[in-house]
This record gives sequence, C-alpha cells and structure tokens, in this order.
Amino acid sequence: MTRILAAVLLALTIGFTVWVNNALAETLRGSGDLGVVVERTAGAILIVDQSERAAIGRVTGLGDLSHASVVFSPDQRYAFVFGRDGGLSKVDLLKQTLVGRVLQSGNAIGGAISDDGRLVAVSNYEPGGVRVFDAETLDMVADIPTGSKTIGLVDAPGRQFVFTLWDHGETWIADLSKGTPEITKIEGIGENPYDALITADGRRYIAGLFGEDGLTALDLWQSPPAPRRILAGYGRGEAPLPVYKMPHLEGWALAGERFVLPAVGRHEVLWVDARSLEETGRTKTHGQPVFAVARPDGRQVWVNFAHPLNDTVQVIDTPSGEVIHSLKPGPAVLHMEFTPRGHEVWVSVRDAGRIDIYDTRSFEKLGEIAAETPSGIFFTARAHRTGL
Amino acid sequence: MPRLPALFPLAVLLFGMPPLDAAELAPGRAAELERLVLQDCGSCHGLTLKGGLGPDIRAPTLAGRSTEGLAAIVLHGVPGTPMPPWHPLLSEAEAQWIAEYLLNGGAP
Repeated sequence: MTRILAAVLLALTIGFTVWVNNALAETLRGSGDLGVVVERTAGAILIVDQSERAAIGRVTGLGDLSHASVVFSPDQRYAFVFGRDGGLSKVDLLKQTLVGRVLQSGNAIGGAISDDGRLVAVSNYEPGGVRVFDAETLDMVADIPTGSKTIGLVDAPGRQFVFTLWDHGETWIADLSKGTPEITKIEGIGENPYDALITADGRRYIAGLFGEDGLTALDLWQSPPAPRRILAGYGRGEAPLPVYKMPHLEGWALAGERFVLPAVGRHEVLWVDARSLEETGRTKTHGQPVFAVARPDGRQVWVNFAHPLNDTVQVIDTPSGEVIHSLKPGPAVLHMEFTPRGHEVWVSVRDAGRIDIYDTRSFEKLGEIAAETPSGIFFTARAHRTGL
Repeated sequence: MPRLPALFPLAVLLFGMPPLDAAELAPGRAAELERLVLQDCGSCHGLTLKGGLGPDIRAPTLAGRSTEGLAAIVLHGVPGTPMPPWHPLLSEAEAQWIAEYLLNGGAP
C-alpha cells in the first residue's frame, strides 16, 4: 500500500515538474534580439523585439531623456539608461521594470560599461567629470572631477574608461583594474573636443574638435599615448557653416580598409585610411552629417543630417564612396541602428513619432513602430562590443 | 512658404516697423517654433532648457535680459562658442518670438 502511494506521489511530482518546466519554457525568452528605443520627451523607453519588429513593453519614469544613451549588461538582460538630467536608470528588459535609479549629477552626457560588466561610468557636464557606479547596486565607487564639461566617455579593455575635457582639451584614462582609479592625463588634444570614439579593438581613441580643424587620435597601446592630429585642415575653416547640431562619433564605422567620419560645419563625410589615419577622400552629402554609421559588414554607410535637413537619410556605397540611395523617412531623423548582422536598419523619426525599419539591400520599408518623440535606438548586441 | 527675411524690408516699407508679437507669425508657426526651442535648441540647452553643452536658458536665469538682446543672440549666434547664427533659418519676428517665449518661461 505504502509502496503504491509512494509510486503515485512520485509520478505526481514528476508530472508536476514537467508541467511547470513546460509552462516556464513557454514564457522563457532570450534577450539577444531585444533592444531599447528612447522616447525623449516622455521619459520612457520602449523595449523592442528585432525579430518581431515590434515594441513588446514600455518602462516609464526615467526623467529627462534628451540626448539619452544606453549600454547593456554582458548578459543582455539589463539596460543602463543615461539621461540628460544626470539620472542613471537600470531597467530589467525581461521583467520590463525599472530596478534601480540614481540622480548622480545635475547634467550628464552619456555613459559606458566596463569590459567585465561590473562598473558603469557616467560623464557629466555639471559638475564636470566622471562618476563610476557598481553595476549591480548602482552605489558610487569612484568620483573623478575634471573641472570641465566631460565628453566622449568610452570603455577600454582592462577595466578602463577614457574621456575628454571640452574646456581643457585633455583626454584622461581612468584605470579601475585595481579598485581606486589611476588616472593618466594627456594634454594637447585640441580646442573644444565635442565627442570621441574608440575603435572596436580598443586600440584607437579619436576625438573630434569643434574649435579647430581636424581630430586627434590616441594609440592606447602606447604608454602614455601621444596625441596625433589627423585631418588637420579638412576645411572647416574655409567657409564654416553654422552648426545646428553637433555630429556624433559613435563606433568605428570601419568600411573595408578605411573608415568614415562626419565633417563639422560641412556637407561632407571624410574617408580616412584605417592604418595611416590619412584622409583618402570625401563624399558630398545632402546636409551636415550627424551620424555616419557603417553597416556591420562595412559595405554601406548610412548618414543622417542636422536641422533643417534632417528629414533625409543617405546611403553611401563604401567601395566607390558614392551616394547610392536617398530616403526621406520624415521630419527629424535622429538615429539609426543596424541589426547585428546588418540585414535591417531601424531609423527613428522624431517628429513623425515613428521608428521605420528598412531592408538594407532592397531599401524596402519593412515595418513601422509608433513611438513618442523617439531618439536613440540601442540593440542588445552592443553588450559585446567595446565602445558601444 | 515665402521666406520671411526676404519680405521683411518690404513689410517695413509698407507698414512701418511691425509690432513684434506672436500675432506676426504665420498660423501654426508658433507651434513649430516651440518644438524647435524644446527639441532642437534642446539638443544643446537640454529639453528642459536647464543647460547642457550650452548654458541654462530658463526664465529665472535670463531675468533682466532684453528681448532684443536675446533675439540678436538667436539671429547672430555667439562667436567663439557653438551657438550658431539662426538668421539663415529664422526671421527677426521669429527670433523675437523665441526671445519672449524664453523670457516668459515657456509662454509666448
């Protein structure tokens, strides 16, 4: 009798476990094809599914998200959202909830996550500097005042962060591998650096200059790195146009053996030899470029433009350097994000309240997602890329 | 739409100096200008206008400034800073509207 009862109980237990696991499997999901769209005036983010081409959730209460950016934890579950108001918010993409938030400064301009995923750094305009937080708890672990508006913050290999001082023309490298930050200061970057990027291999850091022609490159494999001016005299000084929106330097739009950079105050993008860092050519564009981003395979570069020509996107063919396609998605195209293998691109059209999704080969529009004043689009694949 | 700057001298000739208030703007233009201030000026001054790369331009900070002075900054920019001249895109009446909008703390 006891034996029969035990057998029944065992069968029931096994049955229950199987049922629970099946039920869980129905709701379990990966996060590798998720992403986030910033709704800048709503203080919210949409959580989007790349494969479904749809929004699957929305998280609110993130503060002033003008000029907001996002980085991801290595497991691609958590998004860290950096708001203009100094807010650092941590969002669980799977539970679609805000799990932590600190107002860490009065005025911030983006952030980065360390290569080991343990530290999140934020660069601040006011008070100028960088603050570093524990990615788990959002407790502050380091405060690095610079006495300047601080821009171009990126992560570098070896638990380092690199950033640049708008007012002082210096780049600082903060090494947090031993806990307390060790700072290396590099002077002579140039007048008013406005943004910077780091190459995907973590070797080169390039700062764009607003106050003078050209950019400054650092080889982070050198110790200490010596600043090297590149593209000096690319022509901003010839007849500078009013700059209604600062270009952004994001990632290394490496297209074959050369990469592309937006020119400041000119209707051009500039091609640079990846090895020598010499200019190899220019492409005339519709307006002043804001983002010039390479499709992940490097075959195309997509460019959007500053106000008032910001209703247009142009596609440049990398081998020829020629514009091969123009789109007019609508008023105020703010950002473009490629799917990790580049088959699609998502475009935010702020004043139309839409995300448009395009096939990058046929340029056919594949879908739309409604969003409230959308700006940045960030896919979780960024979690595994240096400098993004 | 005809560019306002081009018509401006003509309007002055015909009607004398026009009163520079919101009524001068074409229908719907005020809403466009408000969006321009919040969204596009906001890319440097912040969506709440409390500052970013550019300074704080909220009403209490601007208190004491003249409408004309602010409109001139909008039209001609501030040399040596990233503040661009907006006269290629905005008329004097529109710059004046923006100056009043800022001084009134978000009311035209």
